[in-house]
Amino acid sequence: MARSGKKFESGGPFIWLTGAALAACLLMIVGLVGVVAPRALAALWPDRLVEITLVDGKKYVVALLAREPIPAASEGAGEPGSRVQVRLGNRDLYGLDFRWIPESQIVSRRSPPDAVLVERQEYGPFQGYLRKVVQGEEAASAGSGPFERLAPLLEEARERSRRLRRLEKRDIGAVNYRIEQKRLELRAIRQEGPAARAAARNLIVEIEAEVKQLERRYETLRERANRLKVENERAQVTLADANGEEKTLPVSSIVRIFRPNRLDLLGRLKVYFSRLGEFIADEPRESNTEGGVFPAIFGTVMMVVIMSAAVMPFGVLAALYLREYARQGPLVRAVRIAVNNLAGVPSIVFGVFGLGFFVYLTGGAIDRLFYSERLPDPTFKTGGILWASLTLALLTVPVVIVATEESLAAVPRGARDGSYALGATKWQTIRRIVLPAAAPGILTGLILAMARGAGEVAPLMITGVVKLAQDLPFDPNPPFLHFERKFMHLGFHIYDVGFQSPNVEAAKPMVYLTTLLLLAVIVALNLTAILVRERLRRKLRTATF
Amino acid sequence: METMTEAPPTHGVEVRRPEVARHERSDLATLEPFIGNELETSRANAVISIRELDLSYGEKQALHRISMEILPRRVTALIGPSGCGKSTLLRCLNRMNDLIDGVRISGKVLFEGTDIYAPEIDVTELRKRFGMVFQKSNPFPKSIYENVVYGLRIQGVRNKAVLDEACERSLTRAALWDEVKDRLNESGLSLSGGQMQRLCIARAIAVNPEVVLMDEPASALDPIATAKIEELIYELKEHYTIVIVTHNMQQAARVSEFTAFFMLGRLVEYDRTGKIFTNPAQKITEDYITGRFG
Repeated sequence: MARSGKKFESGGPFIWLTGAALAACLLMIVGLVGVVAPRALAALWPDRLVEITLVDGKKYVVALLAREPIPAASEGAGEPGSRVQVRLGNRDLYGLDFRWIPESQIVSRRSPPDAVLVERQEYGPFQGYLRKVVQGEEAASAGSGPFERLAPLLEEARERSRRLRRLEKRDIGAVNYRIEQKRLELRAIRQEGPAARAAARNLIVEIEAEVKQLERRYETLRERANRLKVENERAQVTLADANGEEKTLPVSSIVRIFRPNRLDLLGRLKVYFSRLGEFIADEPRESNTEGGVFPAIFGTVMMVVIMSAAVMPFGVLAALYLREYARQGPLVRAVRIAVNNLAGVPSIVFGVFGLGFFVYLTGGAIDRLFYSERLPDPTFKTGGILWASLTLALLTVPVVIVATEESLAAVPRGARDGSYALGATKWQTIRRIVLPAAAPGILTGLILAMARGAGEVAPLMITGVVKLAQDLPFDPNPPFLHFERKFMHLGFHIYDVGFQSPNVEAAKPMVYLTTLLLLAVIVALNLTAILVRERLRRKLRTATF
Repeated sequence: METMTEAPPTHGVEVRRPEVARHERSDLATLEPFIGNELETSRANAVISIRELDLSYGEKQALHRISMEILPRRVTALIGPSGCGKSTLLRCLNRMNDLIDGVRISGKVLFEGTDIYAPEIDVTELRKRFGMVFQKSNPFPKSIYENVVYGLRIQGVRNKAVLDEACERSLTRAALWDEVKDRLNESGLSLSGGQMQRLCIARAIAVNPEVVLMDEPASALDPIATAKIEELIYELKEHYTIVIVTHNMQQAARVSEFTAFFMLGRLVEYDRTGKIFTNPAQKITEDYITGRFG
């Protein structure tokens, strides 16, 4: 016993204990990234297509995804062996696009070089063969291969789609926005009572004329958009699945078409990065299971920025009062304990509070005071990015307060005394000496708060996050920042796509990718804050000898 | 409570102190401080007059009825064993003790005839007339330049030329200019210990104070840096009234013209430095100076 006691006192086992604790932390982090990152990164890689023939004579062009032994109980026939998971695609033809097939049912497999993978605006991917390309009346399939003929048409269609999108989103959107503003102006005037209405008669006439003009403009734009749409319908492709069933669709609905079995490494990389670009910069399609997550990235970043802007001054001021001005005593200690405990309140409780206080109470008051012409349609009395951000600011304010208090306490007394001795007031000392010296510690608090806030989902679900937002909370229509708008969020996106999606298999890659992206966004936000902190530290660098 | 466990159990008996010290404690309360003739007669010239100053931290009285005069353009040293109240007294002169909770003060401190503890006195304005150098050098986490001009910035000086001039003048007076003139933008914390203390002196004199208070300015420095600081004090008295607290009797002997000896919060003897160190009037002073306790 004495020996083992001595061994323990020597500290040797303690080194192992501490090392093991650190190793466990590292393992968890590496494990998480190790699970998410490879799947996420592999999700965009174009896989090969295989044509399989089943015992019943049916053929499918599929992508093989996984292979596993058949669980004994699940298969009534009791035939042992393994089964493969395939992506059938062609959801519009088959109804389901992922299937487990026992290998015993597969008669033959081949790898046809001409098999195409078509990523479409609707119904997910099509896997099969390209039959012909038709533009307008004349069939254009004869002669050179249809695939080669398709390329320029696709480029044209894309260009037209881009124009159409710009027209619809920007121009028509702006006109709509202005018409709405005018309509609200009119409503506001009408609400004011007969006397005011009479006085504003000329104004009303003026506004109505403007609305007329805007509506005419809307019609012209609409017409132009429709022309583009019709134009876009002219070029059509006919595709066929392995059994020869045909499907015709406009070229403009093709997102991407390629023959995966013919691609070399460079070609595959091209597809990979094109998909990555789409994921990061585009909007979601097919109830979020395809396309990109740009609105969610934007929403997440904007929310974190608003949250930081709210939590920083609030938390720092509160901590300053607690540490610098308040008389240290039982009351301040109680407040400090309360603040620390606030950090342990479940986030959904903050969400409920945010809903009650910000959305219903504050938002309701704002609507009554400033947006009465829109009632009963709520403006701020409904979830929005501002309320969600403020709720998260409340949630993270304890972190900032605690970190700020600690860094304020760490500012040496000598520096303060030196400042006071030169005739500085308390405020001058705080502003010129204490706060700059405490800034790196305060930023550490902000980093922690941002990490906590960016990953939080529960309170957002009731204060303004939606699965699909029509508009970003920032656009070229004044006042540019639309704090009342609902927004998308990467964390909620993961939940929604992963667990609320009707097509779980199709959503899987999206879930991994979004998770990885959320991690990356948080790392990027944190890195920014860390860089700022390092700059500050270097400015305040202590002697190093 | 923690200190209770460290001290040997007393069982209600007064802890035994070294013989001499015990003797002093009972004696001091009745002891009349000895003030040198020269100081008695020069009351009218004094820049600071301390009258019957009592100070206590909560229950504990730290200064007992201190009365003394500080003469202009002289170096006055405050000496005495640890805890004798010499630093506390120094901090009374520019009201730095106000920053400590639970301090009670009675008596008067007249600075150029005005009681600085009078209610109408603006403490920050008062402190601007003093420069203070602390035991532990405390440069601000700012550049050397910003450290020196801090006091001026506090006073609202914005003119770059004025600040530059004050920076160079103060650093030159603090004998630091030649060492740092090429790196004024580097952090004040990047200097060596002795340089930092001289930077703090430069900072204190940049505002052109009337009095410079120094609280053991060289106690954390090596002998060479100490020698530089002492030389500096010697030069600075041309321009400023200096009050210096020191632990080091040789230092007091070297730099000061007047020395006040304190013991357990009481002024024991205040006279010309030469006289204190060669021919003290009080027995206790002699004991301390000759190293019989302390």
